[in-house]
Amino acid sequence: MSVIAEPPRESFRVDMLWNDARYRSTFIQIVALILVLTAVGWIVNNVVGNLARLGKDFNFAFLRAPASYDINQTLIAYTSQSTHARAALVGILNTLLIAVLGCAAATAIGVIAGVLRLSKNWIVARLMTVFVEGFRNVPLLIWILMVMAAVNESLPAPRAATPTLGGALVATNRGVYIPAPVWGDGSWFVVAAFLLSLVAIWFWRRHARLKQEATGEQSPVLAVGLALFFIPSLIVYFITGMPITLEYPELQGFNFRGGIFMRDSLVALWLALSFYTGAFIAENVRGGILSVSHGQTEAAFALGLRPNRTMQLIILPQALRVIIPPLISQYLNLTKNSSLAIAVGYMDVTATLGRITLNQTGRAMESILLLMVFYLCVSLTISSVMNWYNSRVKLVER
Amino acid sequence: MAAAPPHVAYVAERFYDDEAPPPSTVGFTAWLRENLFSSPLNSALTVISVTLLALYLPGLFQWAVTHSVWNASSLRECRAIMDASFGEGVRGACWAVINERFMQLIYGFYPSALRWRPNIAFVLLLIAMIPVLFETMRSLLWIAGGGLAIKAATTVVSLAQGDGFGPLQSPTTYFMVGALVLAYFFGGREHRRKWLILSALFPVIAYFLLWGGAFGLDRVPSSRFGGFLLTMIIGVTGIAASLPIGIALALGRRSDMVFIRSISVMFIEFIRGVPLITLLFVASTLLNYFLPPGTEFDLILRVLIMVTLFASAYMAEVVRGGLAALPKGQYEAADAMGLTYWQSMRLIILPQALKISIPGIVNTFIGLFKDTTLVAVIGLLDPLGLTNPIRADSNWNGIVWELYGFIGFVFFLFCWGMSQYSMFLERKLRAGDRR
Amino acid sequence: MKTKLLIGALALAGAGAASAQTLDTVRARGVLNCGVSTGVAGFSYIDADGEWDGFDVAVCRAVAAAIFDDPSAVEFTPTTGATRFEALNSGEVDMLSRNTTWTFSRDVDLRLEFVGVNYYDGQGFMVPASLGVTSAMELDGATVCIQTGTTTELNLADFFRANNMSYEPVPIETNAEAQQRYLANACDVYTTDVSGLAATRSTFEDPSAHVILPEIISKEPLGPVVREDDPAWVNLVRWVFQGLIIAEEKGVTSENVAELASAPTDDPETNRLLGTEGAFGEMLNLTNDFMVRAISAVGNYGEIFEAHIGVDTPVGLERGLNALYTDGGILYAPPFR
Repeated sequence: MSVIAEPPRESFRVDMLWNDARYRSTFIQIVALILVLTAVGWIVNNVVGNLARLGKDFNFAFLRAPASYDINQTLIAYTSQSTHARAALVGILNTLLIAVLGCAAATAIGVIAGVLRLSKNWIVARLMTVFVEGFRNVPLLIWILMVMAAVNESLPAPRAATPTLGGALVATNRGVYIPAPVWGDGSWFVVAAFLLSLVAIWFWRRHARLKQEATGEQSPVLAVGLALFFIPSLIVYFITGMPITLEYPELQGFNFRGGIFMRDSLVALWLALSFYTGAFIAENVRGGILSVSHGQTEAAFALGLRPNRTMQLIILPQALRVIIPPLISQYLNLTKNSSLAIAVGYMDVTATLGRITLNQTGRAMESILLLMVFYLCVSLTISSVMNWYNSRVKLVER
Repeated sequence: MAAAPPHVAYVAERFYDDEAPPPSTVGFTAWLRENLFSSPLNSALTVISVTLLALYLPGLFQWAVTHSVWNASSLRECRAIMDASFGEGVRGACWAVINERFMQLIYGFYPSALRWRPNIAFVLLLIAMIPVLFETMRSLLWIAGGGLAIKAATTVVSLAQGDGFGPLQSPTTYFMVGALVLAYFFGGREHRRKWLILSALFPVIAYFLLWGGAFGLDRVPSSRFGGFLLTMIIGVTGIAASLPIGIALALGRRSDMVFIRSISVMFIEFIRGVPLITLLFVASTLLNYFLPPGTEFDLILRVLIMVTLFASAYMAEVVRGGLAALPKGQYEAADAMGLTYWQSMRLIILPQALKISIPGIVNTFIGLFKDTTLVAVIGLLDPLGLTNPIRADSNWNGIVWELYGFIGFVFFLFCWGMSQYSMFLERKLRAGDRR
Repeated sequence: MKTKLLIGALALAGAGAASAQTLDTVRARGVLNCGVSTGVAGFSYIDADGEWDGFDVAVCRAVAAAIFDDPSAVEFTPTTGATRFEALNSGEVDMLSRNTTWTFSRDVDLRLEFVGVNYYDGQGFMVPASLGVTSAMELDGATVCIQTGTTTELNLADFFRANNMSYEPVPIETNAEAQQRYLANACDVYTTDVSGLAATRSTFEDPSAHVILPEIISKEPLGPVVREDDPAWVNLVRWVFQGLIIAEEKGVTSENVAELASAPTDDPETNRLLGTEGAFGEMLNLTNDFMVRAISAVGNYGEIFEAHIGVDTPVGLERGLNALYTDGGILYAPPFR
């Protein structure tokens, strides 16, 4: 008996919610939504209950109250009478400062160490391996504390310190002093000349590239670039009568005065962060260079490219595509790790907002919330840069 | 017999022996030339490195080894001994502080009579890991045997000092003998499943071993936990507990369901976007606000919760990498077989994806293990946190390098060992794929 | 595994209870949770056996002895200047006994209750003798090491602002760290409470090479702290602590306390203190001889002082303000009646 019956029109059954593909995904999502909302509601309810029990409230008015503590490194004007909000801002700028300094130094260290680790020189390659493995496998906090101890214990106290490099550099156990530029009358001419020559360099490079693409002729980019970089600025500098001078640090009372002072905590944090991150970057760089197959080099040689052109046109562009994404996430790590500054008393945002303001006002929830929002903003900015870069190199990849 | 061949000018008449290669291309000189002085730049680098090594290594060696003091009860005594034996003002390492506080740095303030419990928990951890990582239990023979050898050595020391067989008569010994016997008789591949049950039960066993409070074990409050014991607890719990959450998040992030995906993405990006230290601040100051009034979590449990959340976000990204690396054909094949989503995940996708992810998981673990030192900032007494009370003791006031050096060295051994293992795995996986 | 742990954690949490019955919670738990500092010589430190000891620690032990008759029934939680109040507010510790200054905002805004003052202190400055500084007024431009999250930080800012001087603050997390920096000459001055300075100086290789300047720039009444939401518990801790002072006043020591408590003496207040007259302990929900246990465990205030920070110890502090009012100090416990 073979009657082809109409498939019975199924009436809705409860188990179709998780068995039937038509309803399943909606059902699961609704369940998840309910669960999440319940959890959030539960937490909010607890928070409200706990705050009420302790007689506390949730508001940000404390940010407008005077901070009444001092901060030793302020990039903007700040006194102990400024508000907590301004103290947080000072901290934010200090965080950004250490992040920028750290990223620059870590990149330099990482590239050098990564290239040297691939060096044919036996002893150098071994030394770099020791450096990379040593920094990668010991917690950053220990490195920060050790570098700090090294600065404090091994450098001389200010009054025992002798300036080196003709008075330009003073290394004391409280920090390092370097000369500060003093901008005299007419110094903006020099700055303007310098900026103009940067623009000129950019145009020259573009011109050289276009010319090479059109005709195959190469122009001397490096030599002209260097000349443009120095000569116009120097000429303007001397014509305007040397308006920019240097201020040297001098010992006055307890400490040196004058010049730019890089505090021991800044130096220690900077060194530790950049060596630690540099060790990771070195591995990325090494991996990137190794990822370009040797055939590429040989093919470039076969085409008659000279070694430096091979590096510049063939190896680097391919290696960079592998190196840059992890490099950016190392920058992100470095920025987040800079929050360990509190271990050595560097006044970053974690130390001002997350520590002292929190302690002095007892506003734990508000302070930590603001702190997290700040770090989230920085992270999201950095990762959107990374995503932009990734999507750009993906297009090139085809 | 053939006649002698006629003389031809260009044909050799006899077999010449190999000439020795030119002296400059063999032996030590050639090695030097090739590896150290192949170009002016290389030579310069060599000279600089050797000079630096010659400048600093001997001093470091003297400080750490030849001029060090191992037995003293205070820094003052250390300095006196150095003055007396190495000359006035000569300073070396005062390892005596490590000697005196060694047990404290390992166990924190865990009661000394109960230290067999963390010991057994540690051995159990190794045992629980073997069936996950290997096919047979052969390695357990080595572990238990090695542990017993350490026991035997301490017993010999104890006998020599006239303290009797004390160290041998501890639960740890019996436990390791038992493990040895079990591994010998039931170590084969066919028994792996049973051992895996032990691995699954390990967290519960370890919890009761360490905290006690049941099965006749005295309760040990967690304020007594410290030192590397605390590091291990935080690191291992963080990784083990974050694995399932991480897998769920990774699956969620790759899901087609908009809401599930956005929740996963938000969680992962939030956790990865903030420093661990802020999460620890949450653990130390805020977490109690999130729980019903009167709930009393101690700090270590709160830290464990936050560290687990932290690790699971990173774990999710590692697993996601593994899922993405799997060829699309595997997914399609699973669908073609008519497997449901969960069946295909359980039987086809996850086993392969997790296998690819193991090196990444080990790296996450190394990172987490190093990050546990951050708990010192919120006042937990991990090895780094212990340095504060030790240095506050008037006997050891002013000691710095020895403590940091020792702690850093132990961390290095652990992390470097694990990273070597992860690289070995990566090579093995690559070799497996090549076939 | 996660859920297993959580179940275990919740089982633990079940032992906890609402804040209002701290004493019941402590009794059920079997130990007192006490927050102390991470280490100040003489006040709280860990000896080689891993046991906490010191002047502040003794107060915790006295309270534990009054409740359990066992001075070791205390779990110590080391807290930093930053974590101490949250530890107390969140119920992680039942009381704080660490150098904590009694201030208006802490008492009122942070909802804490100071049960008394166990050390009258003031903020001072320590400098190396070789600097030749004799007054804090000569510190213009100096680099000052300071512990963060404490009132010292605010006092310092006020002092230098009021005197129109500049300084370079070096904020530091712990005393040990501060000491190291100061000794390495990474700061010219170390400022904290004078007792802390003396304690720190006592641990130096050559204490005489450092001077504590005469200026005291603040009042720092340091005392044990509890949450204010449980008046019964506030009273208990307050009167165990005040009892220790009264004991010194009345000449009750750890040695003669057993004898004095065996039968009523001629002095009614001693009798009330030791429970041979009246039923004061029961009002605190303890037994009447609670102070006998506390005193025999740690001694009276004077004994505690001499044992940990007195002139015969390395810390070597004079009683000074902290002598009984009868001896020229300002230690004045309310009457026990």
